[in-house]
Amino acid sequence: MNETVLAMTLAAAVAAGTPLALAAIGELITERAGILNLGVEGMMLLGAVTTFLVSLATGSPWIGMAAGALAGAGLSAAHAFLTITLRANQIVSGLALVIFGTGLSTFLGRPVEGMPLPRESRLPRMNIQLLQDLPLLGRVLFQQDVVVYGTWVIAALTAFYLFRTRPGLSLRAVGESPATADVMGLRVNTIRYVHTLVGGLLGGGAGAYLMLARVPAWSQAATTNGIGFIAIALVVFASWRPWRALLGALIFGLALRANFALQAAGVTFIPAEFLAMTPYLLTILVLIALSFSDLRRRAGAPEALGVPYAREER
Amino acid sequence: MPTTADDHPAGTTNGPGRDPVVEAHGIYKTFPGVVANADVDLRLERGEVHALLGENGAGKSTLASVLTGLYQPDAGEIRLDGRPVVLRSPREALAHGIGMVHQHFKLVKRFTVAENVALGDRTQPILMSAPDVHRSVVELSERYGLPVRPDAVVGDLTVGEQQRVEIVKTLYRGVDVLLLDEPTSVLTPQETEALFDTVRAMAADGKAVVFISHKLHEVLSIADTITVMRDGGIAGNVDAADTSVRELAQLMVGREVMMEAPGGDGQAGEVVLELDDVSVDERSRRGRLDQLSMTVRAGEVVGIAGVSGNGQRPLAEVAAGLIEPDRGRVRVNGRDVTGRPRAARKAGLSYVPEDRIGTGLASSLSVAENLQLTRAHRPLLDRGRWSTDARRLMEEFDIRAPGPSTTTSSLSGGNIQKVLLARELAADPDVIVAASPTRGLDVGAIEFVRQLLAQRREQGCGVLLISEDLDEIRALSDRILVLYEGRIVHECAAEDSDVTELGLAMAGAGS
Ligand SMILES: Nc1ncnc2c1ncn2[C@@H]1O[C@H](COP(=O)(O)OP(=O)(O)O)[C@@H](O)[C@H]1O
Ligand SMILES: [Mg+2]
Repeated sequence: MNETVLAMTLAAAVAAGTPLALAAIGELITERAGILNLGVEGMMLLGAVTTFLVSLATGSPWIGMAAGALAGAGLSAAHAFLTITLRANQIVSGLALVIFGTGLSTFLGRPVEGMPLPRESRLPRMNIQLLQDLPLLGRVLFQQDVVVYGTWVIAALTAFYLFRTRPGLSLRAVGESPATADVMGLRVNTIRYVHTLVGGLLGGGAGAYLMLARVPAWSQAATTNGIGFIAIALVVFASWRPWRALLGALIFGLALRANFALQAAGVTFIPAEFLAMTPYLLTILVLIALSFSDLRRRAGAPEALGVPYAREER
Repeated sequence: MPTTADDHPAGTTNGPGRDPVVEAHGIYKTFPGVVANADVDLRLERGEVHALLGENGAGKSTLASVLTGLYQPDAGEIRLDGRPVVLRSPREALAHGIGMVHQHFKLVKRFTVAENVALGDRTQPILMSAPDVHRSVVELSERYGLPVRPDAVVGDLTVGEQQRVEIVKTLYRGVDVLLLDEPTSVLTPQETEALFDTVRAMAADGKAVVFISHKLHEVLSIADTITVMRDGGIAGNVDAADTSVRELAQLMVGREVMMEAPGGDGQAGEVVLELDDVSVDERSRRGRLDQLSMTVRAGEVVGIAGVSGNGQRPLAEVAAGLIEPDRGRVRVNGRDVTGRPRAARKAGLSYVPEDRIGTGLASSLSVAENLQLTRAHRPLLDRGRWSTDARRLMEEFDIRAPGPSTTTSSLSGGNIQKVLLARELAADPDVIVAASPTRGLDVGAIEFVRQLLAQRREQGCGVLLISEDLDEIRALSDRILVLYEGRIVHECAAEDSDVTELGLAMAGAGS
């Protein structure tokens, strides 16, 4: 395989992994608070369609993106209210979010189904001076759009926040043992709300990015393609660590672009469809494994993941 | 940040009868179906060790939780230094200098000691200063005799160490009032002594220490003042200096009690239960067993002593055939029943699990149904016979329930345990595996359960009694084995058992 083709393939994988990474980091933040939000797919779809409509109306991809992120946060607010305040089952609420998000975005997007975004509403490429001239790496990593770089910054900030700061310690405590956090004087519900909303913001943002940079047109069926579920599995693969989520997103990104990659490599003995299927297959396996508490603990899941907290309950 | 020990209001001394730091008046607290606290008054002074004594379920933890803002009382008032306050959360209680070490520790297992201590400390900068926290931890641990290593991961510590972390983290927040809920229930006698020294040091520093316990001797040796609770109310308030075990026991129970089960000396006979070189790996928090061999003979009670979490649970479950050990065999009456609970029952084993409602009984079924659970049935159920059976057993085992069709979960703890025992003993077993059979019961029910076991032993049944209550083990057993990290580290006849020696063995420091 010549270097140009390799660089193009890897660059495409990086870009394809970016929405996955954004959504996974958001979900990771939410899960660190002990809240499992299976509604990522719904938040991404709603984020995507909102971004499309707002970008179309304002002509600005940035305003569109902000609106998309907020739409995701809005949906996650519903999840937070149901699971934290009303202490509903998190799995049921999360799946309801997917259904609701899908339905609502179909409804909102009906007038524009299949319509492409005008060129000026798409994200521009932003090459990084000097770094872009590095052999191979320059073309893979540094000739991308701003959201790709932003995602790296978000991963770095999240890791720093989680493991180096006081609020990060509080967040992890709430996910591990809300009762402990409570007696130590932390506001368990507030912390859970905030981080569920942040997760929604990033989930919506991931949908926005898909819309602005990845897919040619709004299509309810083809915009997210189940990436929201892959993101949830990715959090498990990453053992709830941001850098690993970013790396995992890249690998999954490569698999998602398998078609392209295999052709480029001249490999014919594995059908490309098979490779493209692997992220979904892995997702199903991981989600099954996640339902066993023993495996969940060993994978490094927050102890109280999925468990509602009520102070006076035993 | 570090403690503020010496902020007594000017002009006060530490003597009794001075200004109280905390007063509770007329506290009421109910949970669905239970009145946990009814018209409770409590008065704590600086520099005193105030014991809260009462049986399980008397309402001690509830009162403590109300005082630390964890539970909201239905009625009543709390005053701090004479001023009424409402404590809406543990956060507010901490801000007022009230902290608590809970019976079930509140620790993040995956965090280090220092991280657990610093958690929730808003005086820390956003980027926490680890050296500062470490220094405070070391300082406190030296001052109060609480050896802890700041960078140890809490999940790796023994229960005794975890308790020290709990105390350090509360002291770190600068509390003046510290409530310790059943702190000795997880400790060896030696660790208990060390804890008493710490408690005295804290009181000497002018803190008010509330020591919650149901153990009379302990309370007498550590407390200055004793408040006795019974059935959610206050049964009495006495000075430790002028009371006795007798008086306290009467206040606690409301009548005279006879705690020792009648122990005869029946001759032990054939081996009825045998564990042969059994090992269980640490699976999903069940604890482990390490090449353990032991036998129980007909007509003897073998008591397993040990600090909780040293393999009691897998021992009980392996003996009952519920889990298959990684190696080794289990025999009941000579028949191999390893990993086969039904075969174990058929061979003559009955099992009284520690977790009566989860494992022992189906709590949403009726009493009669629960009594039939382990029997063989024909395809069509004979409910008529069930209810006659149930009435007979209810009478024999003194189960207080409206009738055979009463839902089991609506019974009190003692009666639930009696249903379980009735079912297990009605099978007329040759060996009974009983795990913590009296935990959480009231004194009357404890007496009854102990007598039942003693009586079965008289009739030639072998009993494997697993309990964390050393007094119970000593009162009921013929032979005592000490379980430590999945191995039997000490064995002795009950009559010449020595608490110190047992305690050392329980701490893994035996011969
Ligand atoms: N959070 C709770 N929910 C329901 N019932 C409770 C709760 N806490 C305590 N109780 C009940 O209140 C009573 C008093 O319990 P507790 O205060 O724990 O007693 P103690 O600490 O003296 O053993 C018991 O009957 C117990 O079952
Ligand atoms: Mg209690």
